[in-house]
Amino acid sequence: MFEARGLTKRFGRLTALRPLDLRVSSGEVLAVFGRNGAGKTTFLHLAASLTRPTAGEVLYEGRPAAEHRRHVGLLSHASFLYSDLTARENLEFYARLYGVEVSVDDVLAEANLAARANAPVRTLSRGMHQRLAVARALLHRPKLLLLDEPYTGLDAVSAEKLSMRLRTFGGPAFAGGFGEASPERAVILTTHDLERGLEVATRVAILDSGRLAYDGGPLDPRELRERFAALTSN
Amino acid sequence: MQSLQVVLAIVRKDLRRELRTKEVVLSTFVFAVLVLVIFNFTLPASRDTVLELAPGILWVAFTFSGVLGLDRTFASEKENRSLDGLMLAPVDRSAIYFGKLASNLVLMLLSDALLLPLFGILYNFNMATELPFPAFMTFLLVVLLGTLAYAAVGTILAAIAANTTMREVLLPLLLFPIAVPVVIGAAESTRILFQQDPLASPWPWIRVLAVFALVFIVLAWLTFEYVLEE
Repeated sequence: MFEARGLTKRFGRLTALRPLDLRVSSGEVLAVFGRNGAGKTTFLHLAASLTRPTAGEVLYEGRPAAEHRRHVGLLSHASFLYSDLTARENLEFYARLYGVEVSVDDVLAEANLAARANAPVRTLSRGMHQRLAVARALLHRPKLLLLDEPYTGLDAVSAEKLSMRLRTFGGPAFAGGFGEASPERAVILTTHDLERGLEVATRVAILDSGRLAYDGGPLDPRELRERFAALTSN
Repeated sequence: MQSLQVVLAIVRKDLRRELRTKEVVLSTFVFAVLVLVIFNFTLPASRDTVLELAPGILWVAFTFSGVLGLDRTFASEKENRSLDGLMLAPVDRSAIYFGKLASNLVLMLLSDALLLPLFGILYNFNMATELPFPAFMTFLLVVLLGTLAYAAVGTILAAIAANTTMREVLLPLLLFPIAVPVVIGAAESTRILFQQDPLASPWPWIRVLAVFALVFIVLAWLTFEYVLEE
């Protein structure tokens, strides 16, 4: 479904991502771990076609990913939400951008934000803001979901709910309000939180200084911690 | 079709935000009023002087105040990185340019419309009654085309400047030299119309405005994707 071929990104003299080759198939949930500055966010931005790679390419079902933005959802560090607009207006705006017909009320209810639907986003708490951002990223029912630190700001209940959704991203439990069941979905998420990442991952990758240091099956938390420490020694 | 939907969604969103904050119209209008008032105090009030200089003053007010609104165009998309959200939309990214251009045009024309009656009062020149009807309509066309040309170049330069740390300084430094043909063309055609000069025609200048607008709209259409990404 998703493939990065020799993906490289340099910002002046700084190499954020060294040639990286990675494939993600339908049904996979890939957790990408790495220290600050390891290249996780750069990788997700390249995967979402937000920036151009210095070298290499990103393919989605064999075609350049930029041609498939309709099928990609991105939750970044920033929420992409407008503070002056209400939660409802933000979702309506993004629904129009993607040309999708969705019941915004259902989406808000699913995100447990129905009571604050008409409140300006600037008045929402950090956790509500993040829940709305997740709803925004999932609004157009993406087949490839890219999540950058999705648990930031979420309380334990909301974090658990998100984990449950990610584990069942392709299955029927995901249907309500956020997208129809589909076996054709995949998730790539980056996080510092090893335990949370392992809860949902079917595969694990570790980035170190822009280099893919590990790519394999899920590990138990202790083994992952040891391997993470060994691979990201600086 | 989807691109048109994105353009309309951006315009609707920008106008809704403006209606709520009144940030752009208020700041551009107040700045333009100050320009008109200052020039009004510093110039002799003879009729000939007004007809000779007022067109230039009017376009200085339009363009200098317009830069305030243009600066906010993409700066307002930086909060929560909502510009990235726009860039994820599954359409040609020039749709973002056209959406922003349309928003800027509407807001600048609104500011112009508020300013013109005030200009008439301050400079004792009621263009609606003192100009023959065809000349008045041609003047409105000059305002429309001049504002469109200025917004066309200003919107793409605002996108370039927004990606720098010196946004507020860089935008006027880039915009004013490039927009010189717009200011000259608009001021000259306005002067010819105000003075009812029988030996001059405003149409060559109006064509300059139309060509300038067209060139920058096509240029932005072709290059906007790269402007946003780099």
